[in-house]
Amino acid sequence: MTPKMTHKLALNQYLVLLTIIVTASFGDTLLSRGMSQVGPVGLHHLPLLFHALFNLNIILGIILLVGFFGSYMTALSWADLTFVMPATAFGNVLIALLSRFWLHEHLSTSRWIGIFLLTAAVAFVADTPARTPDAVTPGDTLPVPLPDPLAEPVVAL
Amino acid sequence: MTPITPHAATPLLTWASIAAVSVFAIAGEVLIAGAMRNIGDLDLIRARSGLRGAIRAVLASPIFLAGAFCMAFNFFAMLYTLSHVELSLAAPGIASFTYVGNAAAAKVFLRERVNGRRWLATIFVCVGVFMLAK
Repeated sequence: MTPKMTHKLALNQYLVLLTIIVTASFGDTLLSRGMSQVGPVGLHHLPLLFHALFNLNIILGIILLVGFFGSYMTALSWADLTFVMPATAFGNVLIALLSRFWLHEHLSTSRWIGIFLLTAAVAFVADTPARTPDAVTPGDTLPVPLPDPLAEPVVAL
Repeated sequence: MTPITPHAATPLLTWASIAAVSVFAIAGEVLIAGAMRNIGDLDLIRARSGLRGAIRAVLASPIFLAGAFCMAFNFFAMLYTLSHVELSLAAPGIASFTYVGNAAAAKVFLRERVNGRRWLATIFVCVGVFMLAK
């Protein structure tokens, strides 16, 4: 028998997904703005990447991406990777708008069509269950039951 | 106001950079997703053990640490890419490759149920990436 998949999310879980979208979009945009100010980094000048860590836009971008990472991990603790990824892909549209109106980059018609197709792809998968109950952890060979979230977390010695 | 644009790169460098970022992202996200599934609902752990308990539970997972290592490489590869490629191409391109790769990796390594609708979506994503590159 196929295990039942859970789909319904609580309000705070939707807020976590929204936080992922906003922090990822603004974080990436700030990183792009910062790297444009730092200039091109060649393969022979990789230490310049550490110099970029002192740029204000890069610092703000990193702070937002830390928020993104925390929200992303939280979402992955109660939803499938294949659910979280498309649900947050709407950020691409936000990035395109930020690129066009904030960074003043040119977006050709074909790029707009590409962004539309990506959004349509997200719509295809958005209305699917959030969690596959019999998924496994990398390294396992057979499906294992989900752990009890109220149990004591395992701490490595 | 003068538009801020990165220096132009060759198509080979552009797509090699995007592919490298995507590979690190896929490896990192699949490992982290597996670790978080193993750890359990972070909201419940935080409610019971506090933020410190939740952080301790996450950091105690070697699978998570391996994923975080990949994500660190992903971050510096992303910085390198953004210094050569426009954000409006790099961000959707990386996201698209990462999405397709994650769908395949989640099915193979995490045994997630990736149904027909999700595979159809990957076709849309591939065409979308082609259009972005034009």
